Amino acid sequence: MQSIIEVEDLSKEFKVYRHRQGFMGSFVNLFSRQHAVVRAVDHINFKIRRGEIVGYIGPNAAGKSTTIKMLTGILVPTSGGLRVNGRVPHEQRKENARRIGVVFGQRTHLWFDLPVEESFELLRHIYRIPMEQYRANLELFNDVLELHNFFQTPVRQLSLGQRMRADIAAALLHDPDVLFLDEPTIGLDVVAKERIRQFIREINQERQVTVLLTTHDLSDVEKLCERVILIDHARILFDGKLTAIRSLIPRERLLIVDYAERYPNVELRHTVIAYHENMRVHYRFSPDNISITDLISEILERFKIMDLSIQEPEIEEIVRLIYERKVLLEGQ
Amino acid sequence: MHALSLYLHFVRVRIQSQMEYRFSFLMDTFSHFCVTFLDFTSVALLFARFHTLKHWTLWEVAFLYGMIGISFALAEMIGRGIDVFPRLVVRGEFDNMLIRPLGTFYQVLAYQFQLRRLGRTSQALLVFCIASSHLGIVWTPVKLLFLIAAIIGGICFFMGLFVIGATICFWTVQSIEVLNIFTYGGTEAGQYPMSIYRYWFRHFFTFVVPLAFVNYFPALSLLGKADPNGSPMILSQIGPAIGPAFLSLTLVFWRFGVKHYQSTGH
Repeated sequence: MQSIIEVEDLSKEFKVYRHRQGFMGSFVNLFSRQHAVVRAVDHINFKIRRGEIVGYIGPNAAGKSTTIKMLTGILVPTSGGLRVNGRVPHEQRKENARRIGVVFGQRTHLWFDLPVEESFELLRHIYRIPMEQYRANLELFNDVLELHNFFQTPVRQLSLGQRMRADIAAALLHDPDVLFLDEPTIGLDVVAKERIRQFIREINQERQVTVLLTTHDLSDVEKLCERVILIDHARILFDGKLTAIRSLIPRERLLIVDYAERYPNVELRHTVIAYHENMRVHYRFSPDNISITDLISEILERFKIMDLSIQEPEIEEIVRLIYERKVLLEGQ
Repeated sequence: MHALSLYLHFVRVRIQSQMEYRFSFLMDTFSHFCVTFLDFTSVALLFARFHTLKHWTLWEVAFLYGMIGISFALAEMIGRGIDVFPRLVVRGEFDNMLIRPLGTFYQVLAYQFQLRRLGRTSQALLVFCIASSHLGIVWTPVKLLFLIAAIIGGICFFMGLFVIGATICFWTVQSIEVLNIFTYGGTEAGQYPMSIYRYWFRHFFTFVVPLAFVNYFPALSLLGKADPNGSPMILSQIGPAIGPAFLSLTLVFWRFGVKHYQSTGH
Protein backbone atom coordinates (compact mmCIF):
# COMPACT_ATOMS: atom_id res chain seq x y z
CA MET A 1 0.00 0.00 0.00
CA GLN A 2 1.14 3.49 -0.77
CA SER A 3 2.04 5.96 1.99
CA ILE A 4 -0.12 9.01 2.48
CA ILE A 5 2.25 10.65 4.96
CA GLU A 6 6.00 10.53 4.54
CA VAL A 7 8.38 12.11 7.00
CA GLU A 8 12.08 11.96 6.27
CA ASP A 9 14.85 13.20 8.52
CA LEU A 10 12.58 15.96 9.75
CA SER A 11 13.82 18.53 12.26
CA LYS A 12 12.45 21.71 13.74
CA GLU A 13 14.41 24.17 15.81
CA PHE A 14 13.06 27.11 17.73
CA LYS A 15 14.94 30.13 18.91
CA VAL A 16 14.02 30.84 22.47
CA TYR A 17 14.87 34.31 23.64
CA ARG A 18 16.12 34.89 27.12
CA HIS A 19 14.65 37.94 28.69
CA ARG A 20 16.71 40.03 31.04
CA GLN A 21 14.99 41.05 34.19
CA GLY A 22 14.15 44.50 35.43
CA PHE A 23 13.79 47.89 33.81
CA MET A 24 17.37 48.14 32.57
CA GLY A 25 17.15 44.55 31.43
CA SER A 26 14.14 45.20 29.23
CA PHE A 27 15.93 48.19 27.79
CA VAL A 28 18.95 46.07 26.93
CA ASN A 29 16.61 43.45 25.44
CA LEU A 30 15.61 45.95 22.82
CA PHE A 31 19.08 46.01 21.36
CA SER A 32 20.59 42.66 21.99
CA ARG A 33 18.71 39.49 22.59
CA GLN A 34 20.31 36.31 23.81
CA HIS A 35 18.79 33.17 22.48
CA ALA A 36 19.09 29.47 22.87
CA VAL A 37 18.20 27.01 20.12
CA VAL A 38 15.77 24.33 21.16
CA ARG A 39 15.33 21.32 18.93
CA ALA A 40 11.67 20.34 19.22
CA VAL A 41 11.84 17.62 16.56
CA ASP A 42 15.13 15.91 15.88
CA HIS A 43 15.66 13.95 12.65
CA ILE A 44 12.52 11.84 12.75
CA ASN A 45 11.36 9.38 10.10
CA PHE A 46 8.08 7.59 9.57
CA LYS A 47 5.57 6.63 6.91
CA ILE A 48 1.85 6.22 7.30
CA ARG A 49 -0.28 4.21 4.90
CA ARG A 50 -3.71 5.23 3.70
CA GLY A 51 -6.45 4.18 6.11
CA GLU A 52 -4.23 3.66 9.17
CA ILE A 53 -4.98 5.05 12.61
CA VAL A 54 -1.67 5.86 14.22
CA GLY A 55 -1.22 6.96 17.80
CA TYR A 56 1.53 9.53 18.07
CA ILE A 57 2.34 9.49 21.75
CA GLY A 58 4.90 10.87 24.11
CA PRO A 59 5.37 12.89 27.28
CA ASN A 60 4.74 16.63 27.42
CA ALA A 61 6.93 18.74 25.15
CA ALA A 62 8.25 15.67 23.36
CA GLY A 63 7.58 17.23 19.96
CA LYS A 64 4.15 15.84 19.12
CA SER A 65 2.39 19.12 18.39
CA THR A 66 5.35 20.50 16.50
CA THR A 67 5.24 17.49 14.17
CA ILE A 68 1.51 17.93 13.62
CA LYS A 69 2.00 21.64 12.96
CA MET A 70 4.57 20.86 10.27
CA LEU A 71 2.34 18.25 8.66
CA THR A 72 -0.56 20.71 8.57
CA GLY A 73 1.50 23.54 7.08
CA ILE A 74 1.45 25.78 10.16
CA LEU A 75 5.19 25.56 10.79
CA VAL A 76 8.02 25.47 8.29
CA PRO A 77 10.56 22.73 9.13
CA THR A 78 14.17 23.62 9.79
CA SER A 79 15.40 20.66 7.75
CA GLY A 80 14.28 17.37 6.29
CA GLY A 81 11.42 16.37 4.07
CA LEU A 82 7.75 15.70 4.53
CA ARG A 83 4.85 14.92 2.26
CA VAL A 84 1.16 14.60 2.87
CA ASN A 85 -0.77 13.19 -0.06
CA GLY A 86 2.32 13.84 -2.14
CA ARG A 87 2.35 17.54 -1.25
CA VAL A 88 4.83 19.51 0.84
CA PRO A 89 2.51 21.14 3.40
CA HIS A 90 4.30 24.45 3.94
CA GLU A 91 4.93 24.95 0.23
CA GLN A 92 1.48 23.91 -0.98
CA ARG A 93 -0.33 24.96 2.17
CA LYS A 94 -3.70 25.74 0.59
CA GLU A 95 -3.83 22.60 -1.56
CA ASN A 96 -2.83 20.52 1.44
CA ALA A 97 -5.42 22.24 3.64
CA ARG A 98 -8.16 21.28 1.24
CA ARG A 99 -7.44 17.58 1.74
CA ILE A 100 -6.81 17.43 5.48
CA GLY A 101 -8.82 17.97 8.66
CA VAL A 102 -7.21 19.30 11.83
CA VAL A 103 -8.44 19.37 15.41
CA PHE A 104 -6.57 20.81 18.38
CA GLY A 105 -7.85 19.66 21.73
CA GLN A 106 -6.57 22.77 23.46
CA ARG A 107 -8.59 25.26 21.45
CA THR A 108 -11.34 25.35 18.91
CA HIS A 109 -10.74 25.88 15.21
CA LEU A 110 -14.25 27.29 14.86
CA TRP A 111 -15.28 30.92 15.21
CA PHE A 112 -15.53 31.63 18.88
CA ASP A 113 -18.47 33.99 18.91
CA LEU A 114 -20.53 32.36 16.18
CA PRO A 115 -23.13 29.64 16.67
CA VAL A 116 -21.99 26.17 15.59
CA GLU A 117 -24.34 26.29 12.63
CA GLU A 118 -22.85 29.58 11.33
CA SER A 119 -19.36 28.16 11.71
CA PHE A 120 -20.34 25.11 9.68
CA GLU A 121 -21.94 27.31 7.04
CA LEU A 122 -18.73 29.32 6.76
CA LEU A 123 -16.76 26.11 6.34
CA ARG A 124 -19.16 24.98 3.64
CA HIS A 125 -18.33 28.15 1.73
CA ILE A 126 -14.60 28.06 2.46
CA TYR A 127 -14.16 24.48 1.25
CA ARG A 128 -16.86 24.84 -1.41
CA ILE A 129 -18.64 21.75 -0.19
CA PRO A 130 -21.57 20.81 -2.44
CA MET A 131 -24.89 21.17 -0.61
CA GLU A 132 -25.74 17.48 -1.01
CA GLN A 133 -22.47 16.32 0.46
CA TYR A 134 -22.76 18.88 3.26
CA ARG A 135 -26.23 17.72 4.25
CA ALA A 136 -25.34 14.04 4.07
CA ASN A 137 -22.25 14.56 6.22
CA LEU A 138 -24.12 16.63 8.74
CA GLU A 139 -26.76 13.96 9.09
CA LEU A 140 -24.22 11.23 9.55
CA PHE A 141 -22.17 13.18 12.11
CA ASN A 142 -25.32 14.13 13.94
CA ASP A 143 -26.22 10.47 14.45
CA VAL A 144 -23.11 9.75 16.47
CA LEU A 145 -22.19 13.14 17.89
CA GLU A 146 -25.69 14.54 18.53
CA LEU A 147 -24.82 18.00 17.37
CA HIS A 148 -28.44 19.14 17.13
CA ASN A 149 -28.57 19.70 20.90
CA PHE A 150 -26.23 22.68 20.62
CA PHE A 151 -26.31 23.55 16.94
CA GLN A 152 -27.56 27.10 17.56
CA THR A 153 -25.28 27.77 20.54
CA PRO A 154 -22.29 30.08 20.14
CA VAL A 155 -19.05 28.09 20.28
CA ARG A 156 -17.83 30.05 23.30
CA GLN A 157 -20.78 28.76 25.36
CA LEU A 158 -20.24 25.06 24.60
CA SER A 159 -18.99 22.61 27.18
CA LEU A 160 -15.61 21.08 26.44
CA GLY A 161 -17.20 17.83 25.28
CA GLN A 162 -19.69 19.58 23.00
CA ARG A 163 -16.97 21.78 21.60
CA MET A 164 -14.82 18.79 20.79
CA ARG A 165 -17.71 17.07 19.03
CA ALA A 166 -18.38 20.21 17.00
CA ASP A 167 -14.67 20.60 16.19
CA ILE A 168 -14.25 17.04 14.97
CA ALA A 169 -17.41 17.14 12.88
CA ALA A 170 -16.30 20.48 11.41
CA ALA A 171 -12.90 19.06 10.49
CA LEU A 172 -14.57 16.29 8.49
CA LEU A 173 -17.23 18.26 6.62
CA HIS A 174 -15.11 18.50 3.48
CA ASP A 175 -14.27 14.77 3.40
CA PRO A 176 -10.54 15.05 4.05
CA ASP A 177 -8.17 12.14 3.34
CA VAL A 178 -6.23 12.67 6.53
CA LEU A 179 -7.42 13.72 9.95
CA PHE A 180 -4.91 15.17 12.41
CA LEU A 181 -6.08 15.07 15.99
CA ASP A 182 -3.96 16.81 18.60
CA GLU A 183 -5.09 15.65 22.05
CA PRO A 184 -8.74 15.18 21.06
CA THR A 185 -9.86 13.77 24.40
CA ILE A 186 -7.97 16.09 26.74
CA GLY A 187 -10.07 17.14 29.71
CA LEU A 188 -13.12 15.07 28.72
CA ASP A 189 -15.04 12.69 30.94
CA VAL A 190 -15.21 8.97 30.25
CA VAL A 191 -18.53 9.06 28.37
CA ALA A 192 -17.48 11.94 26.15
CA LYS A 193 -14.14 10.26 25.42
CA GLU A 194 -15.89 7.06 24.42
CA ARG A 195 -18.24 8.88 22.07
CA ILE A 196 -15.35 10.61 20.32
CA ARG A 197 -13.41 7.37 20.00
CA GLN A 198 -16.38 5.58 18.51
CA PHE A 199 -16.79 8.35 15.97
CA ILE A 200 -13.13 8.30 14.98
CA ARG A 201 -13.33 4.53 14.53
CA GLU A 202 -16.41 4.78 12.33
CA ILE A 203 -14.99 7.51 10.14
CA ASN A 204 -11.80 5.53 9.70
CA GLN A 205 -13.55 2.29 8.82
CA GLU A 206 -16.30 3.64 6.61
CA ARG A 207 -14.40 6.36 4.78
CA GLN A 208 -10.83 5.12 4.94
CA VAL A 209 -9.79 8.42 6.52
CA THR A 210 -6.20 8.18 7.71
CA VAL A 211 -5.92 9.34 11.31
CA LEU A 212 -2.84 10.62 13.09
CA LEU A 213 -3.65 11.16 16.71
CA THR A 214 -1.51 12.62 19.45
CA THR A 215 -2.56 11.88 22.95
CA HIS A 216 -1.61 11.64 26.56
CA ASP A 217 -4.31 9.15 27.24
CA LEU A 218 -3.17 5.59 26.82
CA SER A 219 -6.71 4.30 26.64
CA ASP A 220 -7.21 6.36 23.45
CA VAL A 221 -4.34 4.43 21.95
CA GLU A 222 -5.46 1.06 23.29
CA LYS A 223 -8.93 1.51 21.91
CA LEU A 224 -8.14 3.09 18.57
CA CYS A 225 -4.70 2.36 17.27
CA GLU A 226 -3.00 -0.71 15.92
CA ARG A 227 0.19 1.18 15.51
CA VAL A 228 1.93 3.63 17.77
CA ILE A 229 4.82 5.99 17.28
CA LEU A 230 6.40 6.99 20.55
CA ILE A 231 8.39 10.20 20.67
CA ASP A 232 10.50 11.41 23.52
CA HIS A 233 12.90 14.33 23.67
CA ALA A 234 12.23 15.13 20.01
CA ARG A 235 13.30 11.66 18.82
CA ILE A 236 11.34 8.58 17.90
CA LEU A 237 11.77 5.94 20.52
CA PHE A 238 9.47 3.30 19.16
CA ASP A 239 7.46 2.76 16.00
CA GLY A 240 5.46 -0.39 15.62
CA LYS A 241 2.45 -2.44 16.54
CA LEU A 242 0.64 -1.60 19.73
CA THR A 243 0.84 -5.26 20.74
CA ALA A 244 4.62 -4.98 20.88
CA ILE A 245 4.49 -2.46 23.70
CA ARG A 246 1.19 -3.47 25.20
CA SER A 247 2.99 -5.53 27.81
CA LEU A 248 4.69 -2.35 28.87
CA ILE A 249 1.47 -0.54 29.56
CA PRO A 250 0.93 -1.05 33.25
CA ARG A 251 -2.33 -2.79 33.97
CA GLU A 252 -2.53 -1.34 37.43
CA ARG A 253 -4.67 1.65 38.19
CA LEU A 254 -4.68 3.82 41.25
CA LEU A 255 -7.95 4.60 43.01
CA ILE A 256 -7.87 7.56 45.37
CA VAL A 257 -10.71 7.86 47.88
CA ASP A 258 -11.39 10.64 50.37
CA TYR A 259 -13.67 9.23 53.04
CA ALA A 260 -16.18 11.39 54.86
CA GLU A 261 -15.53 9.62 58.14
CA ARG A 262 -12.76 7.72 59.81
CA TYR A 263 -13.34 3.97 59.34
CA PRO A 264 -11.47 1.29 61.25
CA ASN A 265 -11.26 -1.02 58.28
CA VAL A 266 -11.06 0.36 54.75
CA GLU A 267 -9.71 -2.73 53.04
CA LEU A 268 -11.35 -3.78 49.79
CA ARG A 269 -11.29 -7.03 47.83
CA HIS A 270 -8.73 -7.33 44.97
CA THR A 271 -6.96 -4.16 45.97
CA VAL A 272 -3.79 -3.25 47.77
CA ILE A 273 -3.62 -0.18 49.96
CA ALA A 274 -0.67 1.83 48.70
CA TYR A 275 -1.05 4.83 50.94
CA HIS A 276 -3.22 5.72 53.90
CA GLU A 277 -3.30 9.02 55.71
CA ASN A 278 -6.18 10.38 57.74
CA MET A 279 -9.21 9.84 55.58
CA ARG A 280 -7.45 9.57 52.23
CA VAL A 281 -6.63 6.10 50.93
CA HIS A 282 -4.83 5.09 47.71
CA TYR A 283 -5.75 1.65 46.39
CA ARG A 284 -3.84 -0.19 43.71
CA PHE A 285 -5.93 -2.54 41.63
CA SER A 286 -5.95 -4.22 38.26
CA PRO A 287 -9.05 -4.01 36.05
CA ASP A 288 -8.38 -7.65 35.11
CA ASN A 289 -9.33 -8.75 38.63
CA ILE A 290 -12.14 -6.39 39.46
CA SER A 291 -14.12 -3.95 37.35
CA ILE A 292 -14.09 -0.28 38.23
CA THR A 293 -17.87 -0.17 38.58
CA ASP A 294 -17.90 -3.11 41.01
CA LEU A 295 -15.21 -1.49 43.03
CA ILE A 296 -16.98 1.85 43.24
CA SER A 297 -20.35 0.36 44.07
CA GLU A 298 -18.77 -1.64 46.89
CA ILE A 299 -17.24 1.52 48.32
CA LEU A 300 -20.49 3.41 48.07
CA GLU A 301 -22.35 0.61 49.80
CA ARG A 302 -20.01 0.43 52.74
CA PHE A 303 -18.77 3.97 53.27
CA LYS A 304 -19.60 7.62 53.00
CA ILE A 305 -17.14 9.36 50.74
CA MET A 306 -16.17 12.94 49.93
CA ASP A 307 -14.36 12.36 46.68
CA LEU A 308 -13.04 9.63 44.45
CA SER A 309 -10.72 9.55 41.45
CA ILE A 310 -8.88 7.02 39.31
CA GLN A 311 -5.39 7.53 37.95
CA GLU A 312 -4.57 5.95 34.64
CA PRO A 313 -1.03 4.85 33.90
CA GLU A 314 0.99 7.57 32.27
CA ILE A 315 3.03 7.61 29.11
CA GLU A 316 6.04 8.73 31.10
CA GLU A 317 5.90 5.35 32.79
CA ILE A 318 6.11 3.50 29.48
CA VAL A 319 8.92 5.71 28.30
CA ARG A 320 10.81 4.88 31.46
CA LEU A 321 10.21 1.17 30.97
CA ILE A 322 11.34 1.28 27.37
CA TYR A 323 14.60 2.85 28.39
CA GLU A 324 14.94 0.32 31.15
CA ARG A 325 14.26 -2.79 29.16
CA LYS A 326 16.01 -1.48 26.10
CA VAL A 327 13.27 -2.52 23.73
CA LEU A 328 14.38 0.44 21.69
CA LEU A 329 13.02 0.27 18.15
CA GLU A 330 12.32 -3.41 18.59
CA GLY A 331 9.01 -3.19 16.78
CA GLN A 332 10.52 -2.09 13.49
CA MET B 1 -15.33 35.52 -7.60
CA HIS B 2 -15.49 32.91 -4.88
CA ALA B 3 -13.03 34.96 -2.82
CA LEU B 4 -15.20 38.06 -3.03
CA SER B 5 -18.49 36.35 -2.20
CA LEU B 6 -16.84 34.51 0.67
CA TYR B 7 -15.41 37.80 1.95
CA LEU B 8 -18.87 39.37 1.84
CA HIS B 9 -20.21 36.36 3.70
CA PHE B 10 -17.62 36.91 6.44
CA VAL B 11 -18.43 40.62 6.58
CA ARG B 12 -22.16 39.93 6.84
CA VAL B 13 -21.61 37.55 9.75
CA ARG B 14 -19.37 40.11 11.48
CA ILE B 15 -21.87 42.93 11.03
CA GLN B 16 -24.66 40.73 12.35
CA SER B 17 -22.75 40.03 15.52
CA GLN B 18 -21.97 43.75 15.96
CA MET B 19 -25.65 44.53 15.53
CA GLU B 20 -26.52 42.29 18.46
CA TYR B 21 -25.68 45.22 20.65
CA ARG B 22 -27.46 47.79 18.55
CA PHE B 23 -27.55 50.59 21.08
CA SER B 24 -23.88 50.37 21.91
CA PHE B 25 -23.09 50.23 18.21
CA LEU B 26 -25.09 53.37 17.45
CA MET B 27 -23.61 55.26 20.39
CA ASP B 28 -20.10 54.29 19.35
CA THR B 29 -20.67 55.36 15.78
CA PHE B 30 -22.24 58.64 16.85
CA SER B 31 -19.51 59.45 19.36
CA HIS B 32 -16.88 58.72 16.73
CA PHE B 33 -18.63 61.19 14.49
CA CYS B 34 -18.67 63.87 17.20
CA VAL B 35 -15.16 63.40 18.51
CA THR B 36 -13.60 63.63 15.09
CA PHE B 37 -15.64 66.76 14.45
CA LEU B 38 -14.08 68.39 17.49
CA ASP B 39 -10.79 67.47 15.91
CA PHE B 40 -11.71 69.42 12.79
CA THR B 41 -12.97 72.36 14.81
CA SER B 42 -9.45 72.90 16.08
CA VAL B 43 -8.24 73.17 12.48
CA ALA B 44 -11.01 75.65 11.73
CA LEU B 45 -10.16 77.74 14.81
CA LEU B 46 -6.59 77.95 13.66
CA PHE B 47 -7.73 79.50 10.41
CA ALA B 48 -10.13 81.88 12.17
CA ARG B 49 -6.97 83.37 13.68
CA PHE B 50 -4.53 83.20 10.77
CA HIS B 51 -6.79 82.99 7.66
CA THR B 52 -4.20 81.31 5.44
CA LEU B 53 -1.39 78.86 5.94
CA LYS B 54 1.43 79.41 3.45
CA HIS B 55 -0.99 80.12 0.60
CA TRP B 56 -3.48 77.49 1.70
CA THR B 57 -7.00 78.48 2.67
CA LEU B 58 -9.18 76.81 5.27
CA TRP B 59 -11.29 75.03 2.65
CA GLU B 60 -8.27 73.71 0.83
CA VAL B 61 -6.95 72.28 4.08
CA ALA B 62 -10.43 70.92 4.85
CA PHE B 63 -10.29 69.19 1.46
CA LEU B 64 -7.02 67.49 2.44
CA TYR B 65 -8.41 66.68 5.87
CA GLY B 66 -11.53 65.08 4.40
CA MET B 67 -9.60 63.01 1.87
CA ILE B 68 -7.17 61.48 4.34
CA GLY B 69 -9.92 61.06 6.92
CA ILE B 70 -12.04 59.01 4.53
CA SER B 71 -9.08 56.82 3.57
CA PHE B 72 -7.97 56.24 7.14
CA ALA B 73 -11.43 55.50 8.50
CA LEU B 74 -12.18 53.07 5.67
CA ALA B 75 -8.78 51.41 6.13
CA GLU B 76 -9.56 50.93 9.81
CA MET B 77 -13.02 49.62 8.98
CA ILE B 78 -11.76 47.03 6.49
CA GLY B 79 -8.34 46.36 7.95
CA ARG B 80 -9.22 46.08 11.63
CA GLY B 81 -8.16 42.42 11.57
CA ILE B 82 -4.60 43.40 10.65
CA ASP B 83 -4.65 45.96 13.43
CA VAL B 84 -5.56 43.34 16.07
CA PHE B 85 -3.21 40.75 14.61
CA PRO B 86 -1.06 40.37 17.79
CA ARG B 87 -4.16 39.04 19.51
CA LEU B 88 -4.59 36.43 16.76
CA VAL B 89 -1.05 35.22 17.31
CA VAL B 90 -1.26 35.10 21.10
CA ARG B 91 -4.56 33.22 21.10
CA GLY B 92 -3.32 30.79 18.49
CA GLU B 93 -6.07 31.82 16.11
CA PHE B 94 -3.54 32.35 13.36
CA ASP B 95 -2.92 28.58 13.45
CA ASN B 96 -6.55 28.15 12.47
CA MET B 97 -6.04 30.39 9.47
CA LEU B 98 -3.05 28.39 8.31
CA ILE B 99 -5.10 25.18 8.19
CA ARG B 100 -7.66 26.71 5.80
CA PRO B 101 -7.34 26.61 2.03
CA LEU B 102 -7.32 30.42 1.85
CA GLY B 103 -4.65 33.11 1.81
CA THR B 104 -3.49 34.28 5.22
CA PHE B 105 -3.76 38.00 4.51
CA TYR B 106 -7.21 37.49 3.09
CA GLN B 107 -8.34 35.69 6.24
CA VAL B 108 -6.87 38.31 8.55
CA LEU B 109 -8.83 40.92 6.58
CA ALA B 110 -12.00 38.86 6.82
CA TYR B 111 -11.48 38.32 10.54
CA GLN B 112 -13.01 41.65 11.50
CA PHE B 113 -15.03 44.39 9.95
CA GLN B 114 -15.45 47.47 12.07
CA LEU B 115 -18.68 49.01 10.93
CA ARG B 116 -18.65 51.70 13.63
CA ARG B 117 -15.90 53.47 11.69
CA LEU B 118 -18.76 54.69 9.53
CA GLY B 119 -18.96 57.46 12.14
CA ARG B 120 -15.55 58.76 11.26
CA THR B 121 -15.99 58.06 7.56
CA SER B 122 -19.17 60.10 7.35
CA GLN B 123 -17.64 62.94 9.34
CA ALA B 124 -14.66 63.10 6.99
CA LEU B 125 -16.96 62.79 3.98
CA LEU B 126 -19.11 65.67 5.24
CA VAL B 127 -16.09 67.93 5.74
CA PHE B 128 -14.85 66.94 2.29
CA CYS B 129 -18.19 67.72 0.60
CA ILE B 130 -18.54 71.10 2.28
CA ALA B 131 -14.96 71.95 1.37
CA SER B 132 -15.32 70.96 -2.25
CA SER B 133 -18.54 72.97 -2.63
CA HIS B 134 -16.87 76.06 -1.11
CA LEU B 135 -13.95 75.62 -3.46
CA GLY B 136 -16.36 75.31 -6.38
CA ILE B 137 -14.78 72.13 -7.73
CA VAL B 138 -16.59 70.82 -10.77
CA TRP B 139 -16.71 67.03 -10.52
CA THR B 140 -16.24 65.73 -14.01
CA PRO B 141 -16.35 61.92 -14.36
CA VAL B 142 -12.58 61.89 -14.79
CA LYS B 143 -12.04 63.89 -11.62
CA LEU B 144 -14.45 61.69 -9.71
CA LEU B 145 -12.67 58.55 -10.86
CA PHE B 146 -9.35 60.10 -9.91
CA LEU B 147 -10.72 60.92 -6.46
CA ILE B 148 -11.96 57.36 -5.94
CA ALA B 149 -8.59 56.03 -7.07
CA ALA B 150 -6.86 58.38 -4.63
CA ILE B 151 -9.09 57.25 -1.76
CA ILE B 152 -8.42 53.60 -2.61
CA GLY B 153 -4.73 54.43 -2.80
CA GLY B 154 -4.99 55.93 0.68
CA ILE B 155 -6.77 52.85 2.04
CA CYS B 156 -4.02 50.65 0.57
CA PHE B 157 -1.36 52.90 2.09
CA PHE B 158 -2.74 52.69 5.61
CA MET B 159 -3.37 48.97 5.30
CA GLY B 160 0.25 48.63 4.21
CA LEU B 161 1.30 50.33 7.45
CA PHE B 162 -0.92 47.94 9.42
CA VAL B 163 0.67 45.02 7.58
CA ILE B 164 4.17 46.15 8.57
CA GLY B 165 3.04 46.35 12.20
CA ALA B 166 1.38 42.94 12.04
CA THR B 167 4.37 41.30 10.35
CA ILE B 168 6.72 42.47 13.08
CA CYS B 169 4.53 40.46 15.48
CA PHE B 170 5.85 37.25 13.92
CA TRP B 171 9.07 37.99 15.76
CA THR B 172 8.03 40.06 18.74
CA VAL B 173 4.50 38.72 19.37
CA GLN B 174 3.68 42.12 20.87
CA SER B 175 2.44 45.02 18.83
CA ILE B 176 4.85 47.81 18.14
CA GLU B 177 3.38 51.08 19.35
CA VAL B 178 6.07 52.99 17.49
CA LEU B 179 4.19 52.33 14.27
CA ASN B 180 1.36 54.51 15.48
CA ILE B 181 3.66 57.42 14.66
CA PHE B 182 3.08 56.58 11.02
CA THR B 183 -0.62 55.65 11.16
CA TYR B 184 -2.10 58.16 13.56
CA GLY B 185 0.80 60.56 13.09
CA GLY B 186 0.44 60.13 9.33
CA THR B 187 -3.21 61.08 9.30
CA GLU B 188 -2.47 64.10 11.48
CA ALA B 189 0.40 65.19 9.27
CA GLY B 190 -1.59 64.50 6.12
CA GLN B 191 -4.35 66.84 7.21
CA TYR B 192 -2.07 69.75 6.40
CA PRO B 193 -0.36 70.47 3.11
CA MET B 194 3.08 68.91 2.81
CA SER B 195 4.48 72.24 1.64
CA ILE B 196 4.26 73.70 5.14
CA TYR B 197 6.66 71.14 6.54
CA ARG B 198 10.42 71.15 6.71
CA TYR B 199 12.52 69.58 4.02
CA TRP B 200 13.47 66.32 5.82
CA PHE B 201 9.96 65.74 7.13
CA ARG B 202 8.45 66.29 3.69
CA HIS B 203 10.89 63.93 2.06
CA PHE B 204 10.41 61.29 4.72
CA PHE B 205 6.64 61.28 4.14
CA THR B 206 7.14 61.26 0.40
CA PHE B 207 9.87 58.75 -0.31
CA VAL B 208 10.18 56.59 2.81
CA VAL B 209 6.58 56.46 3.97
CA PRO B 210 4.74 57.57 0.83
CA LEU B 211 1.98 59.48 2.57
CA ALA B 212 2.23 62.50 0.27
CA PHE B 213 1.41 60.35 -2.73
CA VAL B 214 -1.91 59.18 -1.41
CA ASN B 215 -3.16 62.53 -0.20
CA TYR B 216 -1.21 65.67 -0.93
CA PHE B 217 -0.23 65.10 -4.56
CA PRO B 218 -3.64 63.83 -5.72
CA ALA B 219 -5.29 66.74 -3.89
CA LEU B 220 -3.05 69.21 -5.74
CA SER B 221 -4.21 67.71 -8.99
CA LEU B 222 -7.89 67.84 -7.98
CA LEU B 223 -7.56 71.41 -6.75
CA GLY B 224 -5.66 72.41 -9.89
CA LYS B 225 -2.95 73.85 -7.67
CA ALA B 226 0.76 73.78 -8.31
CA ASP B 227 3.06 72.54 -5.56
CA PRO B 228 4.63 75.60 -3.93
CA ASN B 229 7.79 73.51 -3.63
CA GLY B 230 7.77 72.99 -7.37
CA SER B 231 7.50 69.21 -7.52
CA PRO B 232 6.54 68.01 -11.01
CA MET B 233 2.85 67.50 -11.82
CA ILE B 234 3.54 63.85 -12.74
CA LEU B 235 3.81 63.05 -9.02
CA SER B 236 0.20 64.09 -8.63
CA GLN B 237 -0.95 61.95 -11.51
CA ILE B 238 0.78 58.76 -10.40
CA GLY B 239 -0.22 59.38 -6.78
CA PRO B 240 -3.11 56.90 -6.56
CA ALA B 241 -0.94 54.07 -7.91
CA ILE B 242 1.58 54.40 -5.10
CA GLY B 243 -0.80 53.11 -2.39
CA PRO B 244 -1.38 49.72 -4.00
CA ALA B 245 2.31 49.46 -4.84
CA PHE B 246 3.22 50.16 -1.22
CA LEU B 247 0.70 47.58 0.00
CA SER B 248 2.03 44.89 -2.33
CA LEU B 249 5.54 45.61 -1.11
CA THR B 250 4.46 45.19 2.52
CA LEU B 251 2.72 41.93 1.56
CA VAL B 252 6.03 40.54 0.37
CA PHE B 253 7.31 41.27 3.88
CA TRP B 254 4.17 39.64 5.29
CA ARG B 255 4.77 36.42 3.37
CA PHE B 256 8.34 36.38 4.61
CA GLY B 257 6.97 36.75 8.15
CA VAL B 258 4.50 33.87 7.76
CA LYS B 259 7.41 31.56 6.93
CA HIS B 260 8.99 32.53 10.25
CA TYR B 261 5.85 32.06 12.27
CA GLN B 262 6.65 30.06 15.40
CA SER B 263 3.13 29.37 16.65
CA THR B 264 2.60 29.08 20.40
CA GLY B 265 2.95 26.12 22.70
CA HIS B 266 4.89 23.45 20.90
